[in-house]
Formats: sequence, structure tokens, C-alpha cells
Amino acid sequence: MPQRISWLVLAFLAVFTGIACAEPQVLRRGNQLEPESLDPHRARGAEAANILRDLYEGLTRAAPDGSIVPGVAERWEVSEDGRRYLFYLRDDARWSNGDPVTAEDFVFGLRRSVAPDTASPYAKSLGVIVNATAVLAGERAPETLGVAALDQRTLEIRLAQPAPYLVAMLAHHSTYPVHRDSVERHGERFTRPGNHVSNGAYALADWQVNTLIRLERNPHYWDADAVRIDTVYYYPISDEEAEFNRFRAGELDVTQTIPVRRFEWLRANMPESLRVAPYLSTYFYGFNLHKPPFRDAPGLRRALELAVDKELIAEKVLGRGELPAYSLTPPGIAGYRSPEPDYATWPMEKRIAEARRLYAAAGYSGDKPLEVEIRYNTGDTHHHVALAIANMWKRHLGVKTRLVHEEWRVFLQNRRQAELTQVFRAGWVGDYNDPHTFLQLMHSASGINDYGYRNEEYDRLLDAAAQETDAKRRMQLMRQAEAVLLEDHAILPLYVYVSKHLVNPRLGGWQDNLLDHHASRDLYFKD
Amino acid sequence: MTRFLLRRLLAAIPTLFALVTLAFFLVRFAPGGPFDDERALPPEIEERLNARYHLDAPLWQQYLHYLGNLLRGDLGPSFQYRDYSVNELIAAGLPASMLIGSLAMLLALALGIATGSIAALNRHRWQDHLVMSLSMTGISVPNYVMAPLLVLLFAVTLDWLPAGGWNDAAPANLLLPVIVLALPQTAYIARMMRASLAEVLSSDYIRTARAKGLGMRAIILRHAMKPALQPIVSWLGPTAAAVLTGSVVVEQIFGIPGVGRFFVQGALNRDYTLVLGIALFYGALIVAFNLIVDLLYAALDPRVRYR
Amino acid sequence: MNAIVAGHVHSPGRMALQRFAANRAAMTASVLLALIVLACVIGPMLAPWQMDDIDWTMMQVPPGIEAGHWFGTDALGRDLFVRTLEGGRVSLAVGIAATLVSLVIGIAWGAIAGYAGGRVDAVMMRIVDVMYALPFMFFVILLMVFFGRNFLLVFVAIGAVNWLDMARIVRGQTLSIREKEYVLAARALGVHPFTIVLRHVVPNLLGVVVVYAALTVPQVILVESFLGFLGLGVQEPATSWGMLVNEGAREMEFAPWSLLFPAGFLATTLLCLNFVGDGLRDALDPKDE
Repeated sequence: MPQRISWLVLAFLAVFTGIACAEPQVLRRGNQLEPESLDPHRARGAEAANILRDLYEGLTRAAPDGSIVPGVAERWEVSEDGRRYLFYLRDDARWSNGDPVTAEDFVFGLRRSVAPDTASPYAKSLGVIVNATAVLAGERAPETLGVAALDQRTLEIRLAQPAPYLVAMLAHHSTYPVHRDSVERHGERFTRPGNHVSNGAYALADWQVNTLIRLERNPHYWDADAVRIDTVYYYPISDEEAEFNRFRAGELDVTQTIPVRRFEWLRANMPESLRVAPYLSTYFYGFNLHKPPFRDAPGLRRALELAVDKELIAEKVLGRGELPAYSLTPPGIAGYRSPEPDYATWPMEKRIAEARRLYAAAGYSGDKPLEVEIRYNTGDTHHHVALAIANMWKRHLGVKTRLVHEEWRVFLQNRRQAELTQVFRAGWVGDYNDPHTFLQLMHSASGINDYGYRNEEYDRLLDAAAQETDAKRRMQLMRQAEAVLLEDHAILPLYVYVSKHLVNPRLGGWQDNLLDHHASRDLYFKD
Repeated sequence: MTRFLLRRLLAAIPTLFALVTLAFFLVRFAPGGPFDDERALPPEIEERLNARYHLDAPLWQQYLHYLGNLLRGDLGPSFQYRDYSVNELIAAGLPASMLIGSLAMLLALALGIATGSIAALNRHRWQDHLVMSLSMTGISVPNYVMAPLLVLLFAVTLDWLPAGGWNDAAPANLLLPVIVLALPQTAYIARMMRASLAEVLSSDYIRTARAKGLGMRAIILRHAMKPALQPIVSWLGPTAAAVLTGSVVVEQIFGIPGVGRFFVQGALNRDYTLVLGIALFYGALIVAFNLIVDLLYAALDPRVRYR
Repeated sequence: MNAIVAGHVHSPGRMALQRFAANRAAMTASVLLALIVLACVIGPMLAPWQMDDIDWTMMQVPPGIEAGHWFGTDALGRDLFVRTLEGGRVSLAVGIAATLVSLVIGIAWGAIAGYAGGRVDAVMMRIVDVMYALPFMFFVILLMVFFGRNFLLVFVAIGAVNWLDMARIVRGQTLSIREKEYVLAARALGVHPFTIVLRHVVPNLLGVVVVYAALTVPQVILVESFLGFLGLGVQEPATSWGMLVNEGAREMEFAPWSLLFPAGFLATTLLCLNFVGDGLRDALDPKDE
């Protein structure tokens, strides 16, 4: 009798499970490198950010198309002067251990993020919050930071100046909450599986260093019903070719990149898997404006820029869907249109003629050519771009170019010191969808202005934009600022990077977006 | 014997000391620091970080500090992998590195000695030519070409084996990496073995033995094998080192979670403690291995005394 | 080398040469090797291209006579004929220089230590042990990462790694040789130790040394290319076979020529070196028939 019942139960279970939940959905993602940390306030780099987006949820988050949508905050209000934000948290938000996510958790997280002891690499970008800079410098206690929990579900953030990009910034992992109990109990080991408590769609189940990171769905996540992938694996595979082979062998569903010279082949052979889209980033060359020959020589800089056939570089040297760049800001930033320099529409012959005229006007000629050094960090792409540019300068102007490449850290040091550099490689990836993340680079007070660019008009326009509460007017000011920058030819924009992935064609929910954010919670397998 | 062992172990201390010192100052004189980044850290934060990792003290103090921690078996925190200590990272990578390393060594020895002997016993016949041309291929094809070729064939086209990954050391995942790692060493050992056995076979005492009418098999096993293996044994040290280095490539291509993968990343990121820890760890491995080689050598040639 | 060979009892250099000349495989390999070296030296001057010239109209084209790209071009439209031969210069130079460095130091060190024995041997091998336990490849990697990639550094570093191997092998052989009857006899006769080493020990090492040297040149070439794989090889615009093969291996499915030509040159050279090594060994070792 008991046996018969158990058979019945078994049969019932078999039928039931067959209907209710077919195969559990398992997503396997290539992730290039081992993440430096899974502590949202210490992590750096795209590898960690990818995983943290699955583990955590900020006040806001990026939707599959890259637009910012409510996350833990259901809605928010902004004061008239744009300096006070009230975020209303949803009441069903839960940590992976079932604890409710409260406004206190966000206060704890933000204070921790700017606390000098945390040494967060992104702390500086939170500088708009009241007292953030002073806290970061150790001059004030973290408790003085302009964030407060008005009640369990209401969070107040006060800003030193209006910053409409705050809402976008709050989707970044440096603003995520952390689970206070586990941080205090486990200290630096709170990111280990077993200790780790997160509030996103997934929870950390396993972490084998340099092998894999496994996430399982967080049953307490407020939107758990919408999550269809049950298990996510992240594999650190640094070799592009190896990652590609594992994708081809069916061992990965998503790759982080594609091998450098594979684009044409992939387009011909695996078009259904290839996903290439513009990325919120720009590749450009900087001029060392501290020293001759480029100090006070906008004509020469313009000549050098005009002699570079950017279309040819994007198409022939790179050829993976990169777009030629004419401005510091990449296209597609919400609410912004980059200024276009006059020559962008000229045919190449006209550009070259003008370049020759300017080159001669700057005092150079065939007998007395410009001798210049392009300095870049070691890498195939960088080398090829530099080679192509040297070739164009030589052909069109007769410039003698020497190529110098250095290992990344050595290069960074030289670039910062601005002693040896003349023309050097640079690039920038935006942290959030706003021109400010690019334009602040060239502000004379910026800590990372390795170019020596200093233009009062530019600074004034940017500062004015920072105080502006009207979104439209603010964008206009920034556009004017960028126009000044381009007029000065302080930099030589070359191309807009692309994000490039191979994606299993059975995987649904994938949308190309400017930020290259693809949260696993939005993906699913079609059957 | 025990005294010999003890003395050799004691002697390893200055070796490792020299290694630590050399490596420490080499990494510290390298341009660039662990916290350099395109988005430069605010100076206040960099100061904090330097203080946390004792990078703000004079270099000799840092050196003593490092040595002090080392004596307590603490290799320090990793600068780059901030959630882990160097001890943890090496411990995590150790099983994988050791496993594929020792399997590759064993495979190379077995295959190399066997094929080398066959070649030596059949000099200038087809067996010899076959072994030598195969070993030539083994030597001439770099492992970073061999690895993708094998992956392309066995994983992508035939779909018999996985293209990479560790999968808790499943045999299918181990096969390709071990073969790629063993191949060049097999070729070297086969060539060595062939040369050395041929030389022994043509030596006077073997001729004498043959003249006495001893069977070929008995001669080889009883008289020729031992001396012929001597050069192979001295080659073991370099082989071990080569396998360790080779594993850097193999680990990267096959996604094996070994120690080697951390090294290049660590150097590029100026992860001082991680680089030092791995160098030290490999140093200790090589010391241990050379000790074994010496013991083996003595066992093979009784005239070589323990000194 | 000549002196050593001449010193070998009843085996003048001429006889060794004759034996070598009679070895068809070794002679073919020598000729081929000479041709490759010649091609690398003068080849680049014959081509209408320079190493870093970009042919914008012909990027990654297969080999063709009328296009003027005899080995095709790479992804950036650079002529592979010129690059392959220029790469050969670097690879051969690194291989030969590093091997010579390691041979000279290694033989001297190993033979002296092994023959002298006792305290001298202990100290000398102690030094080797200390250096040995330094994972040298890792130091090479560190040097390359930290201090730029410089041609000289590559070969000094590789040479410095390899002499240790040589010294150990030579020393190990010497240990057994010096217990042999003829050495004991010479010692009993009061022959100067230095003479014994030169006349009896070193010639008897030649078999092993030549085989080893023949293996070392290709090994060094491979080490250099290994650095290339890690992104630490010789500095562009200079190139080497290792770097070209490494690039080619990544393109083999759609641009096989970019792998085939440099890999062909590399493999042929390695093959020839090995045949020459074997031939030398057979020629120098009178015990072998």
C-alpha cells in the first residue's frame, strides 16, 4: 500500500514538473577577466560590473534598451532647485536572505561608498552629493553625507548642485546598497559565497577563483516572477580566440567580445549570433598642449586632424562597425546632440588641401618637416591605428612620425607627467548616459586632464551647465562647451568604439544598447 | 642520506631568500603602481590605499615587513583581487596547476623514453625516422598554435572534447591541455633518449657484453637503460620549469584555473604581492624538484655520491 | 671548436667534415638553412615594399605575383614577404646569439664544476641552484612587462636562462666521465687538470652538447615567440617569426597564408637545425657508426 502511494506520488510529480517547469534555464556568459572584487563599492572594470548588475539592484536600473527605469525606488521627486531628491522605495524589495531592503540600507551603502577607508574608485563621481568631497578627503565623518532615511521607505539625497544625471548614476554599482549585517559580521569576506547577501535578481551561489562564478535566482527578489533564467555562470576567459572557440563548441551562450580579425568571417558565417552596436565611448588622440610643437598651435593641430581619413580608419583598419568620430562625445547620448565641426562634411580632397595650407602656414615644409612622436599603449589595435595615421600624415603632409608604444602603466605615468608626450592615444568610456561624463575630462580643474587643455570659455560654459536646472538649457551649454573644445582642436577624435558580442540565437530579450548593459534578468531562452 | 636531505633543505633557504629579494626589488622598481588607472584616483584615496598596503613606508621597511610576514607564512593581500589574499589565490590555483603539470610530465616521460628507445634501437630504420619526424613536429609547432588547432579539430569540428574550461578536473577537460603541455617535452625527451641510448649501446662495455653472447633484451634492461637515463634525469629540472612556464599559455587558452594565469595579469597590474607570491611559489617548486632529480641521479649512478 | 676537434685523439677535423659531407640529410639541411639565412639577409631589399608600408588597396589579400605581394598581405595591408624575411632576421639573430651565450658559459661552468668536484663543485653548483630556483621565464616576463621590450634584453635574458641547463647537463656528464678509466689514468700520470678537461672531458661531451645546441636554437626561437603570444615579444614595428605565426594562428581559418608562410619558414628552419645537429653529432662522435 505505501509503495503504491509513493508510485502515484512519483508519477504525479513527473507529470507536474514536466508541465510546470521544463528544463531549468541556464545561461553561460564569457566574462574575459576574473572580477577584481564583488564588493560593489570596491569593484572596478566591466567584468565586475556585469556580475554586480545581476546580483544587486540600485534605486534605478538600466532597462534592456539602456534607458533608466525604476529599480528599488518605485518613483522619485525632485525639488524646484534640483538639489533635493526623494526616492520612494517599493515595499516588497527583499535581500536574498529575506530581509526587507530599506532606505537605511541605501544610506549605509552610500556612506560606505564615499568613506575614505573604502577607497572606492568611483567615489569621486558621487561628489555632487552634499559633503561627499569633504567625507572623501577625510575632513568630515561619513554620517554628514547628504543622504538620509526619512522613514523605512523614503530616502532623501541632497546635492551640492543640480545634477540631472544623478538618476542615471544611481544605476551604477558604486551606489548600490550592501547588506549591513553581513558586511559587519564578515568584514572583507562578505563577498564570499555563503556570506554574500544581495538584493538583485540573483544571489551568489559559487565562486571558484579563475574558474567560474555561479549565480542562482534570488527567490525573494520583488520581481522574481519576471526572471526566467534560473542559473547564470560567468567564466573568466581572457583569450578572445579561446572564448570564441568555446562559443562555437556550444559551451557559452554569450561572449564578452569577438576576436580582433574575425569580424568579416563572423558576418559571413555566423550573422545570426553577431551583435555589434555603438558603445558609449570615444577613441581619440590627445596633444600635449604644455609643450611645443602643439602649445599655442591650433592651426597645426587642425592640419594634423584634417589629414587623417577617419572613415578609412574606421572601415579598413578597424572594420567592426566602428563609427568615425568628430567629437569627444559619442552619438546617441539621451537628450544631447554633439556639435559637428565644419570639415566633417568636406570631401577628403578638400580636407587635405586645407591641411596642407595650414601645415605650411605653421612653418613646415618638405625640407623642414614636422617630426613628431605618437605614443600609445601596447596593443594590436592601437599599433595599427597609429601606423595608419603615421602613414596618412606622411603621405598628405610629409610629417615624419615615430611610433612609441609602452606597457599600459608606464604609458599612463608618462601621459600624466606630460613631459615626454607629444601626440598620444586616449579613450574614454562614459559611466552614465550624459555628456558630462565626457566633457568633465577636459575641464582645467579636472584631475585627469593629461592634455594641458585650459580654456576659460570652456570652463565657464561647463560650470554654468553644472548650475543649470533646466535640462534643455543645460544640454545647450554643454554643446557650446564642446564646440569650443573642437574649435581648439585640443584633441583628435578618431572613432566610436563598438560593443561586440556573440549571442546564442536561442536567447531572447537581448537588445543592443549604448551602455552595453545586458542584465541576465531580462534574458530568456526561447523554446 | 637523511643528512644529505637535511642539508639540501637548509640550503634551499638562501636560494629562496635570494629569489624573494631579487623579485621584490625588481617589481618595486618597475614604473607605474598598482592603483594607477585611466580614471586616476583622488590623491586622498591613493594615500589611504598606500597606507593600507604599507606602500607609504620607505622601501627597505616594506621589504622587512614583507619578509616578516613571509616568515609567518603570510604572502599578503592581493592588490588587484581585493577580496582575496595571495595565499588564498595560490591555494585556489595550486590543484589545477599541479594536476596538469604532473600529468604532462608523466606523459612526456613515458612517451619520450619509449619512443626514444625504439628510435635508438632501430637507428636509420623507418621506426627511427617516424619517431624523429614526429618529435620534430612536436618541437617545431608552438603550443599556442597546437592548442587552437587541436581545439578546432576535436572540440569545434568533431565535438568529441570540450573546447576549454575546468569542470572540476573532468578527464575530458584535462586531455587536450595535458597533451599540448606534454608534446614539446615528449619530443625533447625522445631525442635525448635516442642520442643517449645510442651512445651507451656503442660503448665498450656493451660491446663486451654483446661479445659475451648476452641477449639484446637483457643488455638493454640490465646494462644500457640506467646510464642512458642519466641525461634524461638531468633534463627533468628544465622540463619541470618548461612545463610550469608552458602552463601559462595552456592555462590561458583552455581556461584552466591554475596559478600561471595570475602571473602575467599580476605583472601587468603591478599586483606586487601576487607576483612575488607566485614567483616564490614556483621557486620553491623548482627547488623541490631539483632535489628529487639529484636523488634520482644518485640512484641511477652509484658512483655519484651524496655530497 | 676546431681546436677541440683537432684535440680529439685520432679524429682530425677533416674526418669529421668528411663524415658530415657524406650525410645526405644533414647536407641538404645545411644548404636549405644557408638559403633561408641568405633570403632573410637580402630578400627584404629585393621587394618593392618596406616592412611597415600600408597598401590601402590590398588588405589581407592572398599571395599573388602581379599584385607584387608574393606572400600576400596582412590585415593592415602590409607585405608578408618582407615581414616574413625581416621576422626571420630577428628570430635567427635571437636564436643564435642566445645559444652561443648559453653554450659558452654553460660548458665552461659545467665542465669545471663537474671535473673539479669537491668544494669548487659545491660552490659552483650552489650558485647554479640558486639561479635555477629563480623561475627565470617569469623574470623574463617581468623584465619585458616593466622595462619595455627590447631586442637585446630578449636574447640576454633567454641566454641567461639556458646556460644553467647546459651547465647542469655538462656537469652531470662530467661527473661520470671523470670516473672513467682513461681520465683516471691521465690523472695518475699527472696531466694538468685543465688539459684533462679540454682534451678528455669536453670532447666526450660534444655529442650531448651538439644535440643540446641543436635543440637550443629552435627552443630560443620558440621562447621568443612565447613572449609574443603573451603580448611581450619584440617591439613593433620589428617583428619575428614567432610574432607572425602567433598573428597567423589567429587568422588561419580565413587568411591561411598569413600562418603558412611564417610557419613554413619557422618549421623548416627548426627542422634543418635539428638535422644539422644530428649530422654534426654523427660526424663528431667516432664511436657511433
